Amino acid sequence: MNILMDKNIKYIVESLNKSRASDGVSIMEVCGTHTMVISRYGLRQIIPETINLISGPGCPVCVTPASDIDTILEITENYDISLFTFGDMLHVPGSKSSLYDKKSEGKDIKICYSPSDALNFAKKNPSRKVILLAIGFETTIPLTSVIIKRAYTEKINNFFIYNVHKLIPEALETLLKDEHVKIDAFLCPGHVSAIIGSIPYKSIAEKYRVPCVISGFEPFDILESIDMIIKQIKDDRYDVQIQYNRVVREEGNPAAIKLIYEVFDKTDSVWRGLGNIPDSGLKLKEDFLRFDAKIHFPVKKIKSKEPPGCRCGDVLKGIKKPFECKLFSKVCRPDSPVGPCMVSSEGSCAAYYRYEKLKA
Amino acid sequence: MTAKKDKTINKENAKTGETLFKDKVIQLSHGDGGIKTNELINDLILKYLGNKILNKLEDSAVLDGYTDNCKIAFTTDSFVVNPIFFPGGDIGKLSICGTINDLVTTGCTPAALSLSFIIEESFPISDFKEILSSIKKVLNETGLSIVTGDTKVVEKGSVDKIYINTSGLGFIPDNLEISPYNIKPGDAILINGGIGEHGAAIISSRKGFDFKTSIVSDCSPLSSLIKDITSVSGKIHALRDATRGGLASILVELAKSSGTNINIYENSIPVKKEVKGICEFLGLDPLYIANEGKMVVFVDKNDADIVLDVMKKNKYGKDSCIIGEVTGKSSKTQKDSGNVTLITKIGTKRILDLAFAEQLPRIC
Repeated sequence: MNILMDKNIKYIVESLNKSRASDGVSIMEVCGTHTMVISRYGLRQIIPETINLISGPGCPVCVTPASDIDTILEITENYDISLFTFGDMLHVPGSKSSLYDKKSEGKDIKICYSPSDALNFAKKNPSRKVILLAIGFETTIPLTSVIIKRAYTEKINNFFIYNVHKLIPEALETLLKDEHVKIDAFLCPGHVSAIIGSIPYKSIAEKYRVPCVISGFEPFDILESIDMIIKQIKDDRYDVQIQYNRVVREEGNPAAIKLIYEVFDKTDSVWRGLGNIPDSGLKLKEDFLRFDAKIHFPVKKIKSKEPPGCRCGDVLKGIKKPFECKLFSKVCRPDSPVGPCMVSSEGSCAAYYRYEKLKA
Repeated sequence: MTAKKDKTINKENAKTGETLFKDKVIQLSHGDGGIKTNELINDLILKYLGNKILNKLEDSAVLDGYTDNCKIAFTTDSFVVNPIFFPGGDIGKLSICGTINDLVTTGCTPAALSLSFIIEESFPISDFKEILSSIKKVLNETGLSIVTGDTKVVEKGSVDKIYINTSGLGFIPDNLEISPYNIKPGDAILINGGIGEHGAAIISSRKGFDFKTSIVSDCSPLSSLIKDITSVSGKIHALRDATRGGLASILVELAKSSGTNINIYENSIPVKKEVKGICEFLGLDPLYIANEGKMVVFVDKNDADIVLDVMKKNKYGKDSCIIGEVTGKSSKTQKDSGNVTLITKIGTKRILDLAFAEQLPRIC
């Protein structure tokens, strides 16, 4: 059978080859969904070798530190609660076990597809204490805000969130300050910018002289964004450009941004691999503190440890490729993950394991 | 671990009856048809119960030497689908279609079925009647009968509503040899329509899942389709019902068991828009989503067009198409012999693997 390359893709690939940078260019794709698309469609097979695509910290499951997993596990162990979580979180290993292990042991852990599932369950079962594991970047935070506001107005007293939401632009700045990390440009997540727009990246692009292009999620989007980045580098520009202009506006979605900060304030947050980043997390405003699971279900502090040998931290910073971890595909596999990057459907290690066997 | 070490451990295990199986409790992923299921079957069940026929792990066992002029095909399957009523079918229809489709992967003519129920106390008779009537409908369509059965009722909470087991028996003409071991380089690979529809229909009809779609399960009996293709071509080499684990998992299994390499083409694989949509939303891959009415056909490439033609004329094969081919024998030095390569829609390559960690539990 004869496979013809799509003519738009062919055009972009030719353009990339023409404008190929003589020196290596390291482009970090911040978002896990981008990592997946790059691996799934084998985009590395068709771009010039001088372009080095490195995966970033944009997978919410991957950057949740072991300490949060351990705390949640302790809560399920010490309190009779129903925990609602997205499927990916189940397999993330804490220091000793995972939510999946707890579920197999019979703890009431439910997979939800939308945060409203948890609130609806709490309403129907007023005698049951319900915790939603609220996770995600700017894209999903407005949803949590809506849920919290609903719980507040409807006076639902058996509903709580364990909040591990995080903010993207703050993490990028931390990466750029790290002397071990070499990043020439960012491929920024389109979904996040559908909410926050392009403005929050402006100061980063200018201060650190890194071009940023906000990209869509089709293979063509990513290739076109890479081409835009290469052209900026060639012209010695460092702008924030929107490739994903069918969805993203410069100002983002002001109504959604307003929703976030009606319910939350910025606070410090610990990222797996990156450590504590000032103002990169969110805490509930005082009016909504009664929904905070960390306050309602106190547990003793556990000394968390990252799994020995696991290089997820370096993978999340783009210092190491998944193949360069000694555990990769030997001890650490999607069915028995050691680190979170192998767990998540957006994790770099899972993407490489599933889709990049040709290079392994 | 070296191969030598492995061997000594195996020897010890065989002596003590212990196995290499390391998990302490059964997890949902042991039932998803992926890597964990394979480990459960190969490292535990077969260690106790393995024999020449069972070890082949085919959809149906083929028994030779019991009757003159033909072989016997024999299969069994249990159904625990949740919800029991879903768009395009219910647990009753599914339990009959599933067993018929497993049987006909041998090319046999199905002869008789068994049917057993495990029912939860307080299960509504009206629901039970609905299940029986949809079973009856499939039997009428296929001309088959239930010839034996069993009913058990358990206390409320001991099972979830109703579970069904069916077995089936069929006869294979002696001259017909359809089996994964017959897959040959140059074979064309065909499928009778869009993938992932059963899994997508189940998940979109799950309680608490507010995703309005028009997806209907592809649950259907494929005995007439198989009869049609085996009557126009004597060069059907293998058939496989692409159920749990989806198209990708069954192709990987077939490539490994036949020691061949396979190419499939993303652009040629039919996936309905609604299925694509729901998969994108949930981060699932349609290649790994279950089907309940999709047969993958390996046929000599010279017969591919006539087989495709009759498939398209069958009511369950309107969207049939050629999705790939067997490119060659795998080299024996390879660790896992037999690779499946997906040529993506943009012309790049990707090696497919078995599914891992359950995409969706209780799909069938």
